[in-house]
Amino acid sequence: MSTRSTLPPTPGQTVGPFYGYALPYDGDSELVPPGHPGAIRLHGQVLDGNGDPVPDALLEIWQADSRGEVAQRPGSLHRDGFTFTGWGRASTDGAGTYSFTTLQPGPTEAEAAPFIAMTVFARGLLNRLFTRIYLPDHPALASDRLLCSVPADRRHTLVATAAPDGLRFDVRLQGEDETVFLTYPGHDG
Amino acid sequence: MTQTATQAPQAPRQAPAGTSSDAAAATQADISREIETISADYAARTSGLEETMPRRDYPPYRSSILRHPTKDLHHADPETIELFAPVFGHQDVDALEADLTIQHHGEPVGERIVVTGRVLDGDGRPVAHQLVEVWQANAAGRYIHKRDQHPAPIDPNFTGVGRCLTDAQGTYRFTTIKPGPYPWRNHHNAWRPAHIHFSLFGTDFTQRMITQMYFPGDPLFALDPIYQSILDPRARDRLVATYDHDVTQHEWSTGYRWDIVLTGSQRTWMEQETDA
Repeated sequence: MSTRSTLPPTPGQTVGPFYGYALPYDGDSELVPPGHPGAIRLHGQVLDGNGDPVPDALLEIWQADSRGEVAQRPGSLHRDGFTFTGWGRASTDGAGTYSFTTLQPGPTEAEAAPFIAMTVFARGLLNRLFTRIYLPDHPALASDRLLCSVPADRRHTLVATAAPDGLRFDVRLQGEDETVFLTYPGHDG
Repeated sequence: MTQTATQAPQAPRQAPAGTSSDAAAATQADISREIETISADYAARTSGLEETMPRRDYPPYRSSILRHPTKDLHHADPETIELFAPVFGHQDVDALEADLTIQHHGEPVGERIVVTGRVLDGDGRPVAHQLVEVWQANAAGRYIHKRDQHPAPIDPNFTGVGRCLTDAQGTYRFTTIKPGPYPWRNHHNAWRPAHIHFSLFGTDFTQRMITQMYFPGDPLFALDPIYQSILDPRARDRLVATYDHDVTQHEWSTGYRWDIVLTGSQRTWMEQETDA
């Protein structure tokens, strides 16, 4: 059966500069409260082709819980402190840095390395970008289907590095060490 | 926070510093020439294929120059998490958030409108009970954002932010004020066509998108590098709402209809194949 769509998709457009009063909300980047057992900080910087920080980017993550289960529960916009919804949103600050508080995702498929799915929006970025954040030093990294399909010298751009309080993952929109961004079947760009 | 009150005018009709385009060397004629060149190249393509999405590398939109990937996107087959989308419910979104005209004590200034339509996947199936977020400038073209220094009035009765959940048929509906065009600094005398920003989720994470809805017949379409970054006119047209008199309400508001099609859902296909 074909996966081609029958209706042409609506084009994307840039998030622009003025989402800051509309899309962020209290608790947006805290998938779990900072003191939660097992909480980690996922943080990093968004950089442009000159290596300069991007202070007006918006990142979203979507992930399984630590047992590898995909939450299908509401409550991301009004977090109750107990329900793990698996989804969060963070804006970059003036230094281009972002920070989430979340859990390490567990594996969702046998032999696949666990990852956090990320969407990137920014002023100047005309359509959203998708990428994946893999966990450092995971035994399944070496055999992961997607990672193995990426040229060896770019693979590291999809893998977070260990930081004292959790994980660091930088998003390089362009240039040397440009992050590997993903396209899925049915996407035209 | 506008600079108009304190700034001595340097010349009649001079825009204040906050909105001047001193840093933007290009004129509209320069930008229009660049747009036309890229457009002519596209029209002369031999493939005949329609580009349905904007080019990320679109130099007439100056901010895109250092912010687009230069390497091809890498093909990925979606894995479990990517085949699901976050779930939102009535604890997330209050029904009143769909009316942007009742968020303050008084009525906002401007043309009251209803914008409604359906969110569909690529096979025409409704995206039911899913989150739609919108934000926009007020009737004067001013955003409630500290970085918008455009010296047009802020409307104390209009914030310009709304949310709703689609119903079982994928229908969303907002009551709002028609936004004005606003000036920006891409080039000298640059103006964006009036638009409403839309943020959308599907049934799969891979369908996540943010876009802008425009109004029919806007004279700024041809001049705007963000709108023109979608090279195919058929694709661009998909961002333009239709005036719909059946949505218009007697002595209350005019109405616009705009349907949104997300990329196809991989998960639903897989479920159908399993069922078959």
